[in-house]
Amino acid sequence: MISAGALAPEFTLKRGDGSDFTERDFDGQTTVLVFYPFAFSSVCTDQLNLYQEVLDELRARGATMYGVSCDASYSQTAFREQLGVTIEQLSDFEPKGEACRAFGVYHPGGFPQRALAIIGPDRVVKWTYQAPSPGDLPGVNLIFDALGE
Amino acid sequence: MHRLGSAPVPEPWSDDHLRGALGAPVVVQYADFECPFCAALHERLSGRRVQVLYRHFPVRSSHPRAWAAACASEAAASQGRFWEMHDLLYADQARLEDPHLWRRAQDLGLDLERFDHERRSDEVRARVRRDFESGVRAGVVTTPTLFALNRGEAQRVDTKTLDGLVP
Repeated sequence: MISAGALAPEFTLKRGDGSDFTERDFDGQTTVLVFYPFAFSSVCTDQLNLYQEVLDELRARGATMYGVSCDASYSQTAFREQLGVTIEQLSDFEPKGEACRAFGVYHPGGFPQRALAIIGPDRVVKWTYQAPSPGDLPGVNLIFDALGE
Repeated sequence: MHRLGSAPVPEPWSDDHLRGALGAPVVVQYADFECPFCAALHERLSGRRVQVLYRHFPVRSSHPRAWAAACASEAAASQGRFWEMHDLLYADQARLEDPHLWRRAQDLGLDLERFDHERRSDEVRARVRRDFESGVRAGVVTTPTLFALNRGEAQRVDTKTLDGLVP
């Protein structure tokens, strides 16, 4: 996975409305990227549900969280709406996994590793974490540790 | 701003909910009242020689009724009936809407007006949130999550290995 201290790579993800999300969208804000394997899978469901509970505290620290997977935007939107979470979803569907590869989190099975990255407003990667396996759910406390608590 | 970075499981607070035989092992349980695995654990621990310290960990998008149920249990606690409400909530997880909560409060002989006021109060919300945040800081990600408490040290206990601790 990309290391802390590196400049964020160039990439393009798709927002739910079809517009692009690129490295330029890191400018001026602290960004938390949550790479997850599959929409509607059990651990990913638990992960987004849990992280949703602390969004206000993340915002209070000036951080914006995004979910990233290789699912199509329509699938991500259905997933988000079914859960009732507001974490914006970014799709790495086509070319499949290209952004995940750029961050070094593309699993050979064809999906993102379960991983987290915090990127600063200067596009510098501040912190990264890859779960020991895609089935392990990282506690959200790790993100707050990395944000400087 | 509340701190949510890593921290050990807090030692028991004065207003924590703890029951069980004195001297028995203490298990801190992060749980919610809509979680079926928590209900199964409740059954499993019933009658065992253990002290259960119950902390709320409701995740609203997972279990939409868990937060209200947690607040109801705290409103019952302020009238001295936490564990009775706890048991009634786990006894029937299919009925956790407001009328069902009122019915349980009525069955327990609670002051209904006070119960309804307190379960919606900022104080009760803060109490539930305090438990939740302590779990987040301890790395809790799902329910139920258990910790064995021994001389102030909390050690995570897998439900599969629980029998070794609580025969």
